[in-house]
Amino acid sequence: MATTKHTLVAIVEDKPGVLNRMASLFRRRGFNIESIAVGHSEVPHLSRMTIIVNGSNAMVEQVRKQLDKLIDVVRVSDITGDNITVRELALIKVKANSATRSEIIEITDIFRANIVDVASDSLTIEITGDEDKIDSMLKLLRGFGVREIARTGRVAMVRGNLGAVPAEEKAARSRAKK
Amino acid sequence: MKKTGAQILCESLIEEGVDVMFGFPGGVLLPFYDTLPQYPQIRHILVRHEQGAAHAADGYARATGKVGVCMATSGPGATNLVTGIANAYLDSSPIVALTGQVARPFIGKDAFQEIDITGITLPITKHSYVAMEAGSLSGIVKEAFYLARTGRPGPVLIDLPKDVQEEQAELHHPGKLNLPGYKIPTKGHPMQIKSAARLINEAQRPLIVAGRGVIISRASAELKQFAETGQIPVITTLLGVGSFPENHVLSYGMAGMHGSGYANKALENTDLLIAIGMRFDDRITGKVSAFAPHARIVHIDLDPAEIGKNVRVDVPIVGDVKAVLQAMHEVIDAGEHIEWIKQLDEWRKQHPLTDIKDSAGLLPQYIIRQLYEATGGEAIIVTGVGQHQMWAAQHYFFNEPNNFISSGGLGTMGFGLPASMGAKVGRPEKTVWCIDGDGSLQMTIQELATLVQDNIAVKIAVMNNGYLGMVRQWQDLFYDKRYVATPLSCPDFVKIAEAYRIPGLRVTRREEVKAAIEQAMEHDGPFLIDFMVEPEENVFPMVPPGAAIAEFIEEPKKEVSTWPRQSTP
Repeated sequence: MATTKHTLVAIVEDKPGVLNRMASLFRRRGFNIESIAVGHSEVPHLSRMTIIVNGSNAMVEQVRKQLDKLIDVVRVSDITGDNITVRELALIKVKANSATRSEIIEITDIFRANIVDVASDSLTIEITGDEDKIDSMLKLLRGFGVREIARTGRVAMVRGNLGAVPAEEKAARSRAKK
Repeated sequence: MKKTGAQILCESLIEEGVDVMFGFPGGVLLPFYDTLPQYPQIRHILVRHEQGAAHAADGYARATGKVGVCMATSGPGATNLVTGIANAYLDSSPIVALTGQVARPFIGKDAFQEIDITGITLPITKHSYVAMEAGSLSGIVKEAFYLARTGRPGPVLIDLPKDVQEEQAELHHPGKLNLPGYKIPTKGHPMQIKSAARLINEAQRPLIVAGRGVIISRASAELKQFAETGQIPVITTLLGVGSFPENHVLSYGMAGMHGSGYANKALENTDLLIAIGMRFDDRITGKVSAFAPHARIVHIDLDPAEIGKNVRVDVPIVGDVKAVLQAMHEVIDAGEHIEWIKQLDEWRKQHPLTDIKDSAGLLPQYIIRQLYEATGGEAIIVTGVGQHQMWAAQHYFFNEPNNFISSGGLGTMGFGLPASMGAKVGRPEKTVWCIDGDGSLQMTIQELATLVQDNIAVKIAVMNNGYLGMVRQWQDLFYDKRYVATPLSCPDFVKIAEAYRIPGLRVTRREEVKAAIEQAMEHDGPFLIDFMVEPEENVFPMVPPGAAIAEFIEEPKKEVSTWPRQSTP
């Protein structure tokens, strides 16, 4: 079965062990989490997770349903097919000397990234964007020597008025449209 | 007035209707056990191994439909519960497991008898808690019981640090539960029910396969009404045995790896399979690609994650089985499937399960038939795991739900004795027989002492063949009779029973079976019969692993006709 990259958004209760329970499920069903980003949501005591996994539609749907069964998970949606905004933040520490510094700064400007730290032989760049943007900037920077990379993993949001509603609701809605 | 955590725990348990629990004390549970005598409403049954406590709670839950409670101390006590918790998880049995934990300041320090039991049981519990404050206990207990028994039932664990049991707090009566992430589907979607009804009304060869979900949902009456109106034959899974009366004209018994030939033939030939409260375990599907090849499938289950997990489904209905069957009954036509039922009856004649070979030896199937006769089919039968389990499912006929208690999903040897203990405690008015194997019984045989100490009148029938019989059977059929690690040197079970002060009998001949069973039933208290059965008897029919469900092997016929006749000149 063809595997594709899926973007899952989970709203979970802010309780100890939630991440553990979710990770345990992914491990048990043999899934590799490509990235996971966790933070507060708009509702107090609820956290929002964005999980990127690879898998066939059927397998990801099975995991989504299993995740949804966890008591602390309020809802999980697969927003892969939706019109979504995806962002990731990366900090990149790149080697720099007097000869290369200006060229690096130029690249930074082109990508609308920021220099957040300058040291005698390195620069730290902060870049926000989708995966492609960060990857292409990294490609350019590698020539100078990349010392360190820290990436947050992707966070995603559906564009427009719709929120990350459960798939059943969405299915019902699309049925109604037809 | 302030109370200790232990008092709050006891009062919360009573609030949930707990009147019995199975446990084993230990260092960190001393505050609880010291408090327990203040609450004589809670009967505590001391097991001999914590695995027994978990299985007993499970057996209690299955026999009564109520939540079973077990308790173990931290560390090894808690890890000994793990098998029992896993067993309850796989068979959706509602239990609450209470574990002691080291005092809060010691958590995470690898203290004496400290183990991360919530971590260990993460994948085998429906939910779990570490009670970090005495004040939170009443809420936790309420939630735990609610989660264990509602929706798809399952085990819930509460870890209790020692100092939380001692801590003083106000007893808050918990308010409304706040579980925003917990959804219980109730009624099925009306559109889906309508689609299913259309298929049912059109089908020529419809077939119902009923699972444990029917029993959990207490939907046997609805199932019967539904099947009768539609004139739809019914087969069951192993754990669905009893969900539909086996003496009913539409009952075609159990399907699956050791299901009847006619039930499996029905699966192969049906054009519409209505799967109710079951999860398409590999023991019932056989080779998935060849499963119900001509059928469209309607799947009714409470758990959306079971839909489409193993088998493609045409019409999924997520909802409580009872509500869905009621709704569906309203929209189906009165059916008539005379040709199909005639065909099934034909297969029943061609592949009878009821023939027991006319052997001079002592056959386990014969013994189980005798147990059926002696108990009028009304006993609760609890089994271990192995050949005896399959024979019990095949040859005892169950007409009521909750009367067949067996470890299905996990296949836990040793389940029988402690689970029968729990069943008898839960339903003392019933005769409870534990049908066990010599291998299975020895895994939890120490619970004989519990039977005596708490006077739990379980009757035990050991099918003693001197082998780990089911594994030996596979070696016989698929490994060229190389019996590696399956011959079993058994103790004298009658003497063992006597040593525990349980009367026992050994039966070696067919003629003695009836009298022995009667003697056991007349005795007021636990009783053990050691049946020395034919050592190399196999369970048939059998679907070989990896084969399609209709490719079952039947008892070699030659043996049936020649062997006994040779002995009579």
